[in-house]
Amino acid sequence: MRKSLRALAAGLLLAGSVSAASAADKLKVGFIYLGPIGDLGWTYQHDLGRQALVKELGDKIETTYLENVPEGPDAERAIEQLVRAGNKLIFTTSFGYMDPTLKVAKKYPNVHFEHATGYKRDKNMSTYSAKWYQGRYIQGLIAAKMSKSGVLGYIGSFPIPEVVSGINATILAAQTINPNIKVKIIWANTWFDPGKEADAAKALIDQGADVIMQHTDSPAAMQIASERGKLAFGQDSEMIKFGPKTQLTSILDTWGPYYIERVKAELAGTWKSEDTWGGLDSHMFAMAPYTNMPDDVKKIAEDAQAAITAGKLHPFKCPVIGQDGKEVECKGGANLADGQILGMNFYVKGIDDKLPGK
Amino acid sequence: MELIEAIILAVLAASTPLLIAATGELVTERSGVLNLGVEGMMIVGAACGFAGAWFTGSVFIGALFGIVAGMLMSLVFALMALGLAVNQVATGLALTILGIGLSGLIGAGFVGERITPAVHLYIPGLTDIPLIGRVLFGEDGFVYFSIALIVGVWWFLYRTRAGLILRACGDNHVSAHALGYPVLRIRTFAVMFGGACAGLAGAYLPLAYTPFFIPGMTAGRGWIALALVVFASWRPGRLVVGAYLFGAVTILQLHAQGWGVGIPSQFMSALPYLATVIVLVLLSRARTGGSTAPAALGTVFVPDR
Repeated sequence: MRKSLRALAAGLLLAGSVSAASAADKLKVGFIYLGPIGDLGWTYQHDLGRQALVKELGDKIETTYLENVPEGPDAERAIEQLVRAGNKLIFTTSFGYMDPTLKVAKKYPNVHFEHATGYKRDKNMSTYSAKWYQGRYIQGLIAAKMSKSGVLGYIGSFPIPEVVSGINATILAAQTINPNIKVKIIWANTWFDPGKEADAAKALIDQGADVIMQHTDSPAAMQIASERGKLAFGQDSEMIKFGPKTQLTSILDTWGPYYIERVKAELAGTWKSEDTWGGLDSHMFAMAPYTNMPDDVKKIAEDAQAAITAGKLHPFKCPVIGQDGKEVECKGGANLADGQILGMNFYVKGIDDKLPGK
Repeated sequence: MELIEAIILAVLAASTPLLIAATGELVTERSGVLNLGVEGMMIVGAACGFAGAWFTGSVFIGALFGIVAGMLMSLVFALMALGLAVNQVATGLALTILGIGLSGLIGAGFVGERITPAVHLYIPGLTDIPLIGRVLFGEDGFVYFSIALIVGVWWFLYRTRAGLILRACGDNHVSAHALGYPVLRIRTFAVMFGGACAGLAGAYLPLAYTPFFIPGMTAGRGWIALALVVFASWRPGRLVVGAYLFGAVTILQLHAQGWGVGIPSQFMSALPYLATVIVLVLLSRARTGGSTAPAALGTVFVPDR
């Protein structure tokens, strides 16, 4: 009920009843969310971050959020509404808010903006994102250890670099355990369609996969894997509720520390426009507890996590061999450069499938 | 063999919500009313169905909740489009938008909750027959009901006097009215039947397909149901074929990807819609034979008193 009331309140805010009158000494921080805060995935995790922020700095700040804001022109209106309501730092939490955020940022140079997962910046607009491929690498190690059939099932959303680099990191890790590991990839062509995600999981399992990994948002695939007695990884958030004997781990988006750090900077007057692409070392995401696996596999996962966090292990350590058998040019010294990972549009050797559009 | 059985099972499960929702919409449209709010009625049915099952622990009662919720939604439509003679297309679209918002509000408290999904039939011996056992004797109640439903609708439309009158309202409401039939009342019942079916189809998703509730989980299935009715050229027999065909394409394109067949998945996903367009073209070219749209579909009727 409390959630519904908050949803209602957010709706009222959207309707334009935002009032700027309130304790003037508190910093106002605004958030724009793509989905409902109850989506158990992307938006839910952002809101957990906001809650962590309130817990830490609640006496100095006041937060407002608008949920279910569609990407596009509507977003511009919603962002501007937050500005008019007196918010001085505004987080826009989806890729599609990039241009609207930039537009509003140019209009209000005295307000600071933070855009998640985009690449356009301005002097009052930062970007932030996470190196999820590091988590995928750990999952690849676990998957290869736990798979009996040697076939992994991967449900992709869209063949964009973030997803492709996740698949590559997974398979590169898996190959270090089992050089002959196979991966079957199904593109759902959607981020969110529980029915279709479930169907994709069924198809993968029926074709012999016994560890399911997903880059789509709902817990449907986890549930199917659980029903069939297979194993699976969660996505974005903790999904163990949907597969207590199924979830191996999950990449958890943990935006809290970043939000706290940025708001602290804002309070101290030291906020600067930055481009943050953080990994395990900067706590932009975390791994859910390693469950449903024997201790030796758990140890492998924990060791890899520690090594990645310490910067000793890089998932894309050169040489990286492409699907065509040729070595990928190594632009980052010992590893692929960040730019190569952010724009990854090739499969590594060992993936039988063809990347859509290639 | 096992793979074929698994594929058939998945196709049946994927087709069932489409078949149920489209059956309801077929009856609605046959009475001359175009209700584009199927998606909205479905998603409210999903939220209420889950809520019902969560409170009572019974999938059956959950399904009833879904049916009633869909029906209530359709009454809003009937009030506007039939009672006040508002434009049906606009009202239907508004109903979808309303439904998506309403379901989020109703379902907000249930996100992340779990229920026990619908049980599957098990008859010792019969269900264990290879290949066909689970397909014929191992489904959940929704699947069997959907087939009974479409057979019942076929019988009603073509073998009963009431069905004939309903079709008459859809083809020429002025004549039906002149003959003394209560056109608006008949249409209201047809709209309510459509709402009940959409609500049940929506409830199927969180009660059997993916047993949890998340806002927006119908993900466009209501629109596919609408396309299906056109694809079937408003005929129950073709609707069954269409529903399983649409379901089969969805599942097979996933399998094709897993096998590494080199057809772009985007193209496969678009196939059902492409098929609908082709059927529409064929229908408009070959006017003889197969029935086309009910003549009075989507037109406003205000009885002269």
